[in-house]
Amino acid sequence: MTQFIKLLARNQLALAGGIILSIVVLVSILVPILPLQPPDVTNTADRFMAPFSEGHWLGTDHLGRDLLSRLLWGTRLSLAVGAAAAIVAAVIGSAIGIVAGYFGGTTDNVIMRGVDMLMAFPYILLALAIVAALGPGLMNALIAVAAVNIPFFARNIRGITVGIAHKEFVDAAKLAGKGHLTILTTEILPNVVPVIVIAMSTTIGWMILETAGLSFLGLGSQPPQADLGSMLGEARSALITNPHTSVVPGLMIFIIVMSINLLGDGVRDALDPRLRSGALSRPKPTTTVARQSSPPHGPGEGVLDIRELETQFHVGKRVFKAVNQVSLNIEPGECLGVIGESGSGKSVTALSVMGLVASPPGVITGGAVFHGGQDLVGARYSTLRRLRGDKVAYIFQDPLSTLHPLIRVGEQLAEAIRVHHPVGKAELRQRAIDLLNDVRIPNAESRVDSYPHEMSGGMRQRVAIAMALANEPEVIIADEPTTALDVTVQAQVLSLLDDLRREHNVAIMFITHDFGVVAQLCDRVAVMYGGQIVEQGTTDDILANPAHPYTRKLMECVPELGAGRRELAAIPGLPPAVDDLPPGCAFAPRCHKAQAECTKAPIEMTRGGGRAVRCLYPETKLVEEEPA
Amino acid sequence: MGGYIVKRLLSAIPVLLGITVIVFLIMALIPGDPATAILGSYATPENVEKINRDLGLDKPLVARYFIWLGNMLTGDFGRSFSLNRPVIDEVLERFGATLVLAGTAFIICTIFGIIAGVISAARQYGLADKAITFAVLIGISIPSFFLGMMMILAFAVERRWFPVSGMYAIYGGGDLADLAWHLVMPAIALAVVATGVIARLSRSAMLEVLRQDYIRTARAKGVHERRVIWTHALKAAMVSIIPVLGIQAGFVLSGAVYIEIVFQWPGVGRMLVNAILQRDILLVQGGVVFVAACYVLFNIAVDVAQSLLDPRIKT
Repeated sequence: MTQFIKLLARNQLALAGGIILSIVVLVSILVPILPLQPPDVTNTADRFMAPFSEGHWLGTDHLGRDLLSRLLWGTRLSLAVGAAAAIVAAVIGSAIGIVAGYFGGTTDNVIMRGVDMLMAFPYILLALAIVAALGPGLMNALIAVAAVNIPFFARNIRGITVGIAHKEFVDAAKLAGKGHLTILTTEILPNVVPVIVIAMSTTIGWMILETAGLSFLGLGSQPPQADLGSMLGEARSALITNPHTSVVPGLMIFIIVMSINLLGDGVRDALDPRLRSGALSRPKPTTTVARQSSPPHGPGEGVLDIRELETQFHVGKRVFKAVNQVSLNIEPGECLGVIGESGSGKSVTALSVMGLVASPPGVITGGAVFHGGQDLVGARYSTLRRLRGDKVAYIFQDPLSTLHPLIRVGEQLAEAIRVHHPVGKAELRQRAIDLLNDVRIPNAESRVDSYPHEMSGGMRQRVAIAMALANEPEVIIADEPTTALDVTVQAQVLSLLDDLRREHNVAIMFITHDFGVVAQLCDRVAVMYGGQIVEQGTTDDILANPAHPYTRKLMECVPELGAGRRELAAIPGLPPAVDDLPPGCAFAPRCHKAQAECTKAPIEMTRGGGRAVRCLYPETKLVEEEPA
Repeated sequence: MGGYIVKRLLSAIPVLLGITVIVFLIMALIPGDPATAILGSYATPENVEKINRDLGLDKPLVARYFIWLGNMLTGDFGRSFSLNRPVIDEVLERFGATLVLAGTAFIICTIFGIIAGVISAARQYGLADKAITFAVLIGISIPSFFLGMMMILAFAVERRWFPVSGMYAIYGGGDLADLAWHLVMPAIALAVVATGVIARLSRSAMLEVLRQDYIRTARAKGVHERRVIWTHALKAAMVSIIPVLGIQAGFVLSGAVYIEIVFQWPGVGRMLVNAILQRDILLVQGGVVFVAACYVLFNIAVDVAQSLLDPRIKT
């Protein structure tokens, strides 16, 4: 609760709304004891006096009545009627909703069909029908506005109640032999009250507006009594000659409704956990780059050369060092595996290459990525965009969420080509079909017109691979492309990727957490842990003799067919939180060989025999390199 | 697709029947005597009896409902005593004017609401976003009838850019240009609140979509950001925007009542308000049922549009 109030107070607009509303409410409560002139006493000699006249701060209306007095009395009435309508609607609507939600079945069906029918009316039309039957008058307007809002409460509260009605504590109460009425009032009601209050706070402004509207039409409060709406309605005939009589009540309605809206928005935002965590911010077209030191010099080696890359996530005051001084390079046609647990920074490394890390909160804070002699980190958007998909293409993890659900796969394929090369429509379609054939999708001619949801997971991932191949890129960055797939489908997709790599001579950076996959596909492998590379070398060397204790543990996690005797290992403990890393080895807390000095100072890479390892006590001694 | 439309139309029948039941009950069960209302409190008993017989009020409730429903199905909505003409003629004539006004306002709020929402989301926390968010806040807080009056003051009285009221000029008007000229202010006044609501919703729908993986895929393909926003993201966001368009259409249709009063637009809303003040029950009944039925049909059109956009909806 206190946190909620703090959040609310931090939102200045909501605070302003709250203060304005409090003042308005306070004044309208105090109206009877304020030294105001009587609101209904007419004095035609003083009609239409301008604002700031003597004795009449806001002037007078068409009957010479003091506008300030009428305004404050009218505000009091409008607020009272609006609030009363909100309470009536909330009580009746919630009662209906709770009964429907709690009893369910036929009761629920009958009630909710009725509610649906009420909701089928254009809102004010129903209110008009009710007023038509009851006759004009403020009380009748109140009833009408309350009545048309009942369905809104009924539907919302029913939804909440259905969720609660099947909770354990309700079942327990039933088993204890409590009656329905007792359960409804003692178990259900306390849990839905907060929702009712929130729903009320969001609709009360609307109800004030609606009752004012009915009064404006002459169907609400009747003379001489006036709420804000009827003041405005009466003033309308003098709009052109004496606009101030219209402006005064109109502005008041506006101020009230706006302050309620501001406050309501603030309440909603403060209650929304997604806003608190910043999860509702949109990622920009490229990752923000804020390098703190001068970047390494190019031109770099191979098709892709990542040097001392640092990518962080800035969430509030916390800094998550997802990628910390990572250097990797990929030769043409080579397949490099990057392996590690979730949170090791492997995916962020992959996404940083083309500036695809969601930003905010992602920021590239250091390093460089060289491709074709230029540094991609900090490159202009237009440069990155031209390279994306054309020279460096991606395949992502879950093909269901990574393909656009509302666009036919053929069009998505064609688009990948079209954004880089001017190709005619008919040819695009043919190329899309060819691509689907390339990735061994049967009936490509008809599949090209399918939507992603009409395909299986494996098919979808083939489409994603086809999309990556569309422009014959130099590098494909595959970010766990098989993780979301069935094991048999995984194997098919992997062998497809392997074939395609040879056919098209494309380099692949393959992100995975599975050493089995690495063994099958990759020439070299880099092992990541806590945002750093802890071991690097050829796949054969590392598989034969892992040097880093973490690598060994990771390899033991791979099940082997036909080797069922061996106990499948899991690494005890969890990967570290990258906002609070120890100064030395991040794996030390989970490592059986860890010594005190492992966590004292940063550990450098030891290199030898084409391998590298970041460990003081490696499992295998690397071959010493000849000093140059 | 055709099958889907038929299915939706059939499912509307109970809703339409429900609407007639509700309107009938509201009018029939509420205390108050239409005959006295029509004739005044000094009416002779014979005359009261005659009116009751004319209105069919001497029969049981259920019978009255079915007679009323049967008549309506044959296009007979009864006769308005205040205007002394068939209700259906009056309603159809007035509904045309309302349709022009509300339809225009609906087009305005849809186009501008979505554009504003998309720009706002694309420039989240930027200057454009702040300006739009602020404008939206003002827009959804200002009562349309007050806004209409202020527009008249500013753009019809102070500067004579637009006519003060009405649908056509009294002398020499009547063509499309004249109608358009008269339509500008009331349509805008009517559209403002709905524009704000749609803009707000579009913004949050877009923000939701822009975080999705398929947007990252589009960017990874090298699709230009403009196209990512206006094609990939907007298309997906429309799935949650379209239902709100349906709801907002109802608000626009409702709000037309106020705007028709302020701008003296000869629409069905103004007719209803006058009918209520005259206690012309049959006219109110007929008008409400007719407009509500049209709204139900419009919502079916919205569902159909939704199914055209989203292939995942089973048709």
